[in-house]
Amino acid sequence: MARQAPQPALAVAAGSAPEEPPRAAAAGRGLTLALAVLRAGPVAILGLLVLLLGLVSDVFWSLENIGNVLNQSAVICVLALGQLLVVVTRGIDLSVGSNLSLSAVVGALVWQHQSSTVLAVAAALATGTAVGLVNGLLFVKGRLPHPFIPTLAMLTAASGLALYLSHSETIQGAPPLVDEVGAGRIAAVPGGGDIGWFPTATFVVVAVAALLVLATRGLVWGRWVYAVGGNPEAAVRNGIPVPSVLVSVYAVCGLLAGVAALLTMGRADAGSPTAGALAELDAIAAVIIGGASFLGGRGTVLNALTGAFVIAVMRNGLNLLGIDPNWQYMATGVVIVVAVELDVVRGHLESRFRSLQAVSAP
Amino acid sequence: MTATSSTSPTSPTPVLQVRDAAKRFGAVRALDGVSFDVGRGEVVALLGDNGAGKSTLIKAISGVHRLDAGSVVLDGVDITAAGAMAVRAHGVETVYQDLALFDNLDPAANFFAGRELAGPSRLPRALRLMRHRQMTDRTRELLDRLQVSLPDLDAPVALMSGGQRQAVAVARAVAFSSKLVILDEPTAALGLRESARVLDLVRRLKDDGVAVILISHSMDQVMAVADRAIVLRRGRSVGETAPTADNHERLVAWIVGAAGHQTI
Repeated sequence: MARQAPQPALAVAAGSAPEEPPRAAAAGRGLTLALAVLRAGPVAILGLLVLLLGLVSDVFWSLENIGNVLNQSAVICVLALGQLLVVVTRGIDLSVGSNLSLSAVVGALVWQHQSSTVLAVAAALATGTAVGLVNGLLFVKGRLPHPFIPTLAMLTAASGLALYLSHSETIQGAPPLVDEVGAGRIAAVPGGGDIGWFPTATFVVVAVAALLVLATRGLVWGRWVYAVGGNPEAAVRNGIPVPSVLVSVYAVCGLLAGVAALLTMGRADAGSPTAGALAELDAIAAVIIGGASFLGGRGTVLNALTGAFVIAVMRNGLNLLGIDPNWQYMATGVVIVVAVELDVVRGHLESRFRSLQAVSAP
Repeated sequence: MTATSSTSPTSPTPVLQVRDAAKRFGAVRALDGVSFDVGRGEVVALLGDNGAGKSTLIKAISGVHRLDAGSVVLDGVDITAAGAMAVRAHGVETVYQDLALFDNLDPAANFFAGRELAGPSRLPRALRLMRHRQMTDRTRELLDRLQVSLPDLDAPVALMSGGQRQAVAVARAVAFSSKLVILDEPTAALGLRESARVLDLVRRLKDDGVAVILISHSMDQVMAVADRAIVLRRGRSVGETAPTADNHERLVAWIVGAAGHQTI
């Protein structure tokens, strides 16, 4: 339906507009409005979800539940922010879940043997970054046809390594600071009594998001990431170091998997070799649901966070309502299709907008 | 061959001098000794049938192909052996038919892609902070100078019409004080109104003192903007004249090969 609907209208707009420029202008305003609505689509989905759940569940708006949602969404948010950069460059990183597991195991093992917070945190972050770096180098230097291949290989390899290093067992214990950040609540934020409701992990999400906003909008690097995603060949012609940009994007995505590993370690006070199993699917789904385009070049930090919250809120709501957890997966599937369909419709509306520009511009 | 420079009507000191350019692809002589000049503020049209050597010639000038023999000199500097990036750095910009725009970025970001204004300079280029205001201001100045009006400077170029996109691509080509702009079929995908606007833009480049090489299949457009037309056939320059209505038939004859080499 969505594929075909705009076509006849396009012909009509292009055919009738030259004689009636005012009508073309009006149609242009209508399209601008429609595009704005579509861009706001993911936020609208989130708002609708929050509104609905607030109506049907008494506890949804309780501070305790909001704290839970924030805490549970933290890992998805951080992973989604890394995945966003990769998706903007027309790529995909299937290995972030396994990377999370491996980084958590390495961090927990270093803590077990060295009892050094600094070393344990550094080990987890370095492992995550290294895995991402290998992904990027395999893709770029190995000239693999699509990032799907190296990151799929890494998905199984990192998972295997995590199980090997941990002898398939959860490594108990994590640095107290990591526990505090991953599982802690802040009593200073009013409303939660002595224990507090506002999760510390949310600050990590806010910090990561703020840094990424700065990097993507402020730094030349960020501009290059979007340029590579928008038109890789033109990026090469314009002298942008495309291979380095791609490698850096996978490395940052890996680093953020390391950050997510620390949050997971903190929540469980342990490093589990399966802690990140299937987390890559949440991350990819979040980016897509949030409105980033799989065709590359489009997608913001806000998009990724919105998508992550849609998933977290949906999961929370279905839990509160006591619905079979398997519905969660099906619901996520439906939302993914809806979100991508919105992207397709947006593409069609944009091409209509273009042809209107040709006849109505001064 | 030698007749070209002496008959060049507008330029005592040519910006571009191509001498005896030759290029083979296997057994095919794509270019077989082409020579011509382009002067400052001069619009030179390259005409010829498909396979006449127009594309090979502009790719040789822009550094994409390396000539087997002959030379390309830009403002006294020999750029025959320079690669594509080096040729651009010397001030030759080529706008190919695919435009090579970043659809997801706004015009300013397109203009400055790969050469963003940013600082501080002690940091590696990728880690510098962009100067958004400066880039937008320079973009606005340039568009004003070229009298290109865009509906929304903050909108991604994906939302612009074919003509507006062409204008952005051409403006980008002259954004960095280039000496020579090569336009490959700039109006091929455009309607009449938008074609007219692009031709106006070509005239303003000329007024700005930029040399232009224009490839076009439309004789009307060539007559409208070009000072000189050079006809290529089978890798050779077979004729050169001012593209006026009087010369129209002669140009067509050269293109289809019904007349020998002449310079008028």
